[in-house]
Amino acid sequence: MSGIEPVLSVRELAKSFGGVRAVQGVSFDVAAGEMLALIGPNGAGKSTCFNMLGGQLAPDSGAVTLLGRSIAGAKPREIWRRGVGRTFQITATFASMSVRENVQMALISQAGGAWNPLAPARARHVAAAEALLAQVGMLEQAGRACGILAYGDLKRVELAIALANGPRLLLMDEPTAGMAPQERIALMALVARIAKAEAIAVLFTEHDMDVVFAHADRVLVLDRGRLIADGPPHAVRNDAGVRAVYLGTDDGAEGA
Amino acid sequence: MLDLILTQMLNGMASASSLFLVASGLSIIFGVTRIVNFAHGSLYMLGAYLAVTLVGAFGPASPLGFWGGILLAAFLVGLIGIVIEVVILRRIYQAPELFQLLATFGVVLMVQDIALAVWGPEDRLGPRAPGFKSFVMILDSRFPSYELFLIAVGPLVLGLLWFLFRRTRWGTLVRAATQDREMVGALGVDQRLLFTSVFGFGAALAGLGGALQLPREAVTLHMDLSTIAEVFVVVVVGGLGSVGGAYLAAVLIGVLHAFGILIFPKITLVLVFLVMAVVLIVKPYGLMGRKPAATLPGAAGIEPLLTPATPGAKLAGLAALLLLAAAPLAVSDAWLLTLTELVIFALFAASLHVMMGPGGMASFGHAAYFGLGAYGAALAVKWLGAPMEPALLLAPFLAGIAGIVFGWFCVRLSGVYMAMLTLAFAQIAWATAFQWVELTGGDNGILGVWPSAWAVPKAVFFYLTLAICAASVLLLRRLVFSPLGYALRAGRDSPLRAEAIGIDVMRVQWAAFAIAAFAAGIAGALFAFSKGSVFPTYLAIPRSVDALLMVLLGGVQTVSGPVVGAFAYIGLSEQLVKLTPYWRFTLGLAIVLLVSLFPRGLVGGFLAWRDRRDAGDPAR
Repeated sequence: MSGIEPVLSVRELAKSFGGVRAVQGVSFDVAAGEMLALIGPNGAGKSTCFNMLGGQLAPDSGAVTLLGRSIAGAKPREIWRRGVGRTFQITATFASMSVRENVQMALISQAGGAWNPLAPARARHVAAAEALLAQVGMLEQAGRACGILAYGDLKRVELAIALANGPRLLLMDEPTAGMAPQERIALMALVARIAKAEAIAVLFTEHDMDVVFAHADRVLVLDRGRLIADGPPHAVRNDAGVRAVYLGTDDGAEGA
Repeated sequence: MLDLILTQMLNGMASASSLFLVASGLSIIFGVTRIVNFAHGSLYMLGAYLAVTLVGAFGPASPLGFWGGILLAAFLVGLIGIVIEVVILRRIYQAPELFQLLATFGVVLMVQDIALAVWGPEDRLGPRAPGFKSFVMILDSRFPSYELFLIAVGPLVLGLLWFLFRRTRWGTLVRAATQDREMVGALGVDQRLLFTSVFGFGAALAGLGGALQLPREAVTLHMDLSTIAEVFVVVVVGGLGSVGGAYLAAVLIGVLHAFGILIFPKITLVLVFLVMAVVLIVKPYGLMGRKPAATLPGAAGIEPLLTPATPGAKLAGLAALLLLAAAPLAVSDAWLLTLTELVIFALFAASLHVMMGPGGMASFGHAAYFGLGAYGAALAVKWLGAPMEPALLLAPFLAGIAGIVFGWFCVRLSGVYMAMLTLAFAQIAWATAFQWVELTGGDNGILGVWPSAWAVPKAVFFYLTLAICAASVLLLRRLVFSPLGYALRAGRDSPLRAEAIGIDVMRVQWAAFAIAAFAAGIAGALFAFSKGSVFPTYLAIPRSVDALLMVLLGGVQTVSGPVVGAFAYIGLSEQLVKLTPYWRFTLGLAIVLLVSLFPRGLVGGFLAWRDRRDAGDPAR
């Protein structure tokens, strides 16, 4: 990745809760079009790390730079405006709206039109919303309520919402949690395809090692708040330190 | 000067004790059952009334008669609490929190009429406490020794509560249930017994608080609502669920009140309001409160898809509007007045619905904005000599500005916290109208707020009202389906997601709050001109509950619901008032029954029934 300015650059990120150092001294870069996996056992600090990048938590110290400008401590809505799309570990969508309206809402907000108190919202950005839904394979279900969708479908809707601001960076916290194995591979293949086609940097956490080794260009391993490995999947897989603290002796283990 | 400050300080501390007893009971009950007991002020009132009767019967002169009467009154209120819990609340623990609040308000209404029937409308004065009739000299002023006793009661009860919660099995269970109800249930604790005993205990505390006031002040039928408003302020300032915070806040509010009377005798509550505002800015969940755990998504049931009206529904709406427009041809002037009021209340309900439905913000003080609209109009007429037209134009802005100021605080909280804060603000607005006699005429209100000559005929005023209200309701409806309305709904459905797509949830809610207040102000201004007068009752708690009932009766999740609810509710209550002098009891009973039978409201219930029927269709 040398020579190209990274999309996201994280330096010496740290966060403590009371006396617990959840994240300390974490530094890494993500380049455009790169799929970067952040893995580690439960309690390693993945979600804390993610919430600091997404603005849900403010870091105690450290720098977070998006396209050359600092976003450390910025609010989630400001980070969205700077071109970051976000999906959550437990899907967060608008249950009283249809699938199409969910994406329309994101597009309306992106276009700065959310303060309009009079125009009918359903007529806004219909084509763009449907194009995004087609991209994630949810166009057939555009009219259904989000409250009644299957979980795997909700994950796709979330992806479409996260893509609505034409992001330069996608933050995906456990994008395949709760999905069937076949669905997982399909969803991440879709994400990888979109990331490559639109040069979006993707940072994701994941428990399923099959997904990680199939789709990540690079893997970061977090253990007790510290980064213990950073490299291509095969190197990380064979890293003795990683095997010891994370994978255990059997490389089929899934973050027990 | 120094002695004056000291005596006022002690006075404040003395009234803080009773406030603390009631507030701690409310807090403990909330901690375990998650119900904000609106009827807690009623239990306080019952404690005072029962003490009057019992002490009188036992002989107020003997210490045994007096203190026995006080304690027995508290015990009986505890029993009444147990009956309320077993008969009513036990059935609605699974209902949405707003319905629980409403059910307890139904109890408030019922208790009011029971107290009226048993003790009559006159204020009752209690005897002095035997052994505490003397005065203590503090510096140069005489200070009643009973006050000193009361000051000691607060810390004493705080200590006892601490002992109870830290050193007994029951107290440990209560603390455990406050932290994790499900886990306590999973461990095999009999939850029913725990809930009932906690409710009885909290009720007894409120009863004791009321009974102890006997030597200090007259017992009146208004004690319930004035107390509950103050207690809500205490609980919001201290932090819901924190007994220590309740004591701290009770002392703070009590002392402030005492000094407020010295400094601003007209508007003592303004001081309290300012302190509450400062506390909430610094610590949104109160001095010793913690941010409540987010309510589980789907806990209140899955939100149905909100869709614009079908052509059929639009036709029905148009037909109803035409029918209303034709009414002056067919009905008498008396009926026309009722219809005018109905139309005004439909707008009032629709304005609250914007906040409650799409906004997910429950307001227990929406009458403040209705009343401020009415007072805005009346004040413009009385003090500026304005005719109806500019007064109607100006008045909603008074309500809107209040909505902007109060809303700024309210949107920082959520759920029951917010509901309590809206109620506290409404009570402050009410107290201002009530206490600032020079400006508002106090209890006598402002008379002579009549329409301009052209609008005096009942039919003309009806058409004016219908035009303004129908246009406003349609605009509010349009708002719900606009991008702003969607953003509002987005913030309700998932604040996390809304913020992550660039929506400033708090500001959107703030805007909706202000819009709702403005619209309520329009309704209030029209109401002032239709009645020709304004009174403090326009902004009182019962009017806020009227609005809530109209919305909930119609159904929160539907847009047409509040309008239907307004017609159903006002129609019903007007008939009730004609039928029985004890209409409050009947209304309260009706509320309790409605909450247990139709937790989705009338239109909501109809839509659910239709969905079930449609879902059943293919099978046939």
